[in-house]
Amino acid sequence: MKIHIPTPLRTYTGGQETVTVSGTTVNGALEQLTTTYPELKSNLFTADGKLRSFVNVYLNDDDIRYLPEKEAAPTNENDELTIIPSIAGGCCL
Amino acid sequence: MLRLDYAEYEALRAHGEETYPNECCGVLLGKSESGNGNHVSAIVRAGNTRTDSAHNRYNIAPIELVRIQREARGRGLDIVGFYHSHPDHPAQWSPTDFAEAHWLGCSYVITSVEQGKAVLTNSFQLLGTGEDDKQFHDESIEINLAATKAQAQEGNE
Ligand SMILES: [Zn+2]
Repeated sequence: MKIHIPTPLRTYTGGQETVTVSGTTVNGALEQLTTTYPELKSNLFTADGKLRSFVNVYLNDDDIRYLPEKEAAPTNENDELTIIPSIAGGCCL
Repeated sequence: MLRLDYAEYEALRAHGEETYPNECCGVLLGKSESGNGNHVSAIVRAGNTRTDSAHNRYNIAPIELVRIQREARGRGLDIVGFYHSHPDHPAQWSPTDFAEAHWLGCSYVITSVEQGKAVLTNSFQLLGTGEDDKQFHDESIEINLAATKAQAQEGNE
């Protein structure tokens, strides 16, 4: 399956936008990604292994946080994972 | 340096006037040229999900970003930055903007909109290697006027 990498994290994937992995769950896919590109790990996960709060991971069009199985959700070869950091802000504190 | 065409520059400023007194937000698509800043070739308007406090907060729904990134990929472009407006506040990043900025290398464009009229537009590039050392750097904006008439003009407004 394919994992799409956002612009800032491509520094760690040799500039690649799309990385192909063979995991059978979201977790497995992410694990394979960070095994191949170890520098990604601290950008995606906190020290205790949780997905950073501002990092969103979508399995096709679904936020994995809202899937019943969450990170353990099964995946197949035609699925696409998208990693997308959040965008927010505002003026005056 | 952030490079964009005059039409895009005007479009993102007009967006801020349209949503006044609320904040607007959108995405800059283009290419990052190593050592030469971000070159914008299209802007995409996004919705502000912060309807609870839209006059001083913005948030782009992640699913909208997923779709915008997918569209960019189809056009051979990348997300190179974002823009938003500050209704009746300076075109300067705020502590909230900084805390919520996570796209290293990208340009964050802010337009001040005073009484419904776009005034200043500034760009800040988020630099660093991660959350611990990220910082906003003032970035010049080069507007390509070729599409209209005069030659290119460089400035920070
Ligand atoms: Zn702001």
